[in-house]
Parts: sequence; structure tokens; C-alpha cells
Amino acid sequence: MAAVKHVLATRWGIIGVGVFIGILAALLQKWGNPANMGICVACFDRDIAGALGLHRAAVVQYMRPEIIGFVLGSLAAAYLFKEFRPRAGSAPIVRFILGVFAMIGALVFLGCPWRALLRLAGGDGNAIFGLAGLIFGIWIGTLFLKAGYNLGRTSATHTSVGWLMPLVMAGFLFLMLVFPQIPEQPQSGVLFYSVKGPGSMHAPLIVSLVVGLAIGFLAQRSRFCTMGAFRDLILFKQIHLFSGLLALLVAAFVLNLILGQFNPGFAKQPVAHTMGLWNFAGMALAGLAFALAGGCPGRQLFMAGEGDGDAAVFVIGMIVGAGISHNFGMASSPDGIGPHGIAAVVAGLLACLFIGFTMRTKTV
Amino acid sequence: MTTVDARGLSCPQPVLLSLGEMKKLGKGQIEVLVDTDTSKENVSRAAESQGWEVKQVQPEGEGYRIAIQKE
Repeated sequence: MAAVKHVLATRWGIIGVGVFIGILAALLQKWGNPANMGICVACFDRDIAGALGLHRAAVVQYMRPEIIGFVLGSLAAAYLFKEFRPRAGSAPIVRFILGVFAMIGALVFLGCPWRALLRLAGGDGNAIFGLAGLIFGIWIGTLFLKAGYNLGRTSATHTSVGWLMPLVMAGFLFLMLVFPQIPEQPQSGVLFYSVKGPGSMHAPLIVSLVVGLAIGFLAQRSRFCTMGAFRDLILFKQIHLFSGLLALLVAAFVLNLILGQFNPGFAKQPVAHTMGLWNFAGMALAGLAFALAGGCPGRQLFMAGEGDGDAAVFVIGMIVGAGISHNFGMASSPDGIGPHGIAAVVAGLLACLFIGFTMRTKTV
Repeated sequence: MTTVDARGLSCPQPVLLSLGEMKKLGKGQIEVLVDTDTSKENVSRAAESQGWEVKQVQPEGEGYRIAIQKE
């Protein structure tokens, strides 16, 4: 056990996990997930919000088992390696707000950092603007970190607090089994299912779940984090996490070439728009929110799985943010940004700047 | 001996605090208290990247006490 623990925390360990995620993401697209969206934590959280009816955008409603697997896989790894640490209480309201705006920003671009990489690996040039925005947002975040920004300490808490998010995910899986998808039907019991659009495209439930569990397990061990990759590079000139991110990109690119999924260009890319400025600005907002919250959407799920109640609040913020985003015309579509996308990005940036400037607590 | 208490702080605070202390002292011995394995790994990695040696990692309470040193 100790050997596995050690290997995955090394440089080669994180590279291996990046390769694993890149390959499986490309394969998930082959197995049914939307193009350049083998895994997208933001999009999949948004689909979950749709499945629950928190928004009624008919094309993006599906209870994505990958997300459920991420949390439960991480929970299993944390228990197996005695790393489950129930903790909470570091400014949860701030983490909720950051989750909401992270999602709003990500949905202006149409993807989380993982999907930005997968879009690039699939030939979508618009992803370059998104990634540039992501790096810019994270850079702003590092300036706040250097100036003493922090949300205060967590406290150890009841084991059951750490179990709440995994139980919510188990509940989602239970709902999926009780109310399975009925072909051509937009609803099954309390769950909504897309009959067309990205939400209707998915790998078989069991495949998605097993892949999610495997990634959740490995990512918990290796601490894989796309925001941390750029943050550590900017802040400490450290390439540890970044090597994992690069491995994901290269692995997905190579597999896309092999599978014939690489289509270079800007126009008519799957689930993407060509408004460069807003691809940049949306991800800048998301990147800043991730940096202030201490993790990319994927990492927040893995931390929620190992007992971090504050990461769980961020995740719930993202799901609620998806509802807000789609209900109030802030989310983009392949036609371009939503009617209130610009206002949402501006409001989000102001909120993040307020948080960054004002929340500096003494830690000693 | 200087002690950095980074328990309960999320990424990247434990590393930021430890690096700040390493910079301030230049050399000598520092003890860092952390409460997660991630922080333990990150602080150790950061110390080594600055030429400090990780002398000892001891479980303490819910976390670890990491002793780092530079001659």
C-alpha cells in the first residue's frame, strides 16, 4: 500500500494519472460522450443540475455517473490509505459564491479546465483563448495569495460531515437506478433526460461509473489538479502538477489522432463558440474563482470525497451556479454567448476581486 | 526552533508559509505542522526544491510534524 501511495505522488505518478485521464476521456467520447467532452466537470455538473430540474435547458440534462464516480472513487482511496479527514468551516459561504461564479464563467467558455485541454486535444482552436483566460485568472489569484489572501482554517469535524457529499452522490446514483432513462422520453420519474443535444450523448452508465471511480481513486492519490498545475508553476516555478496536465493533453491528442477524433479549426467545433474575447473572459473568471477556492472543479470533487466539507460546498455552488446560468441566460451555446453572459462575467469578476482584496486573515 | 502551524489551511497556504519562513531564516531548522497528507507532500517537496533537507516526518494528532533543515 505504501508503495502505491508513494509512486502516485511522484513525478512519474502524476504523469501516469494524466495519461490515464487523457486516454479514458478520448475513449469516453468514442463510447458515447459528446465530442471533445469525454470528461468535463463543469459541463457534467451542469447536466446533473439539468437532470434534477434545477434548470430546464432540454439539451443538457443527464445525471452524469462520471461525477458520482469521482467522489466515490476518491472516498474509497481516502479510506484505503487512511487519508479520510472530515473537516469543514473555512468560510463556506465564500466557497459557495466562488463555486457559483466559477460555473458561470466556465459556461460562458463552455468547459472546465479539463475540457479546455480536451477541446485543444481535439483540434478546437477556441480552447486556446479559454486556456489563456484560465492562466490569466489563476495569475490574478496568485497575486492575491502572495498578498496574504486566505479563507481561514478548517476544523476537524464529525466523520458524518465528510460523508455528506459522498452520500449525496450515492443518492444520485440510486435515483438513476430507480428512474432509468426511457428511450425518447424527456423524463423518468423525478429525473430529466435529454433526448437530443449533448445531454443525450453518453457512454453506458456502467462504463461511465467505472471510469469515474478509477479516475477518482487515482486522482485522490496523485492530487491531480489543473488549477494547481498553473498556480504552482506561476507561484513556485514548480512543474510537478503541470507535468500531469501536460500528460493529459498529449495523451488525449494522440488518442484523438488514432481514433480519428482530431478535427483542427475554429468554426463549427462541437459544443463551442468562436467569440475569442468571451472564451478568454469566461475562463479568466473561472480561473480566478478556482484559485481563490484552492482547486479546479475536478480537484474539489476529489477533496469532497476525502472529507473536505468546504470543497463539497464549492461543488454544490457549481451545481446551483449551473441552474442560475441556464435559467437567466448567462450560459453560452454554439451560437455564442447568452444574452446576460457579459453582465454575469463582469459581476463575477467584481465579486472575486471583492473576495480577494478583503479576505486576508492572519494565520499565525 | 521556529514552528510554522499550517494545520487547517488549504492549498497553497502551507507551502507559502513554509517558503516564507525558509526565506526569512536562510538556514537552520524549521518545524511545520500540517493536517493533511497533501500538505505533507507539498511542504516536503517545496523544502527540497529550496535546498532544505526533510529530516523527519512524525505523525502528530490528526496530522504531521515535519522537521526541515538547511546547514
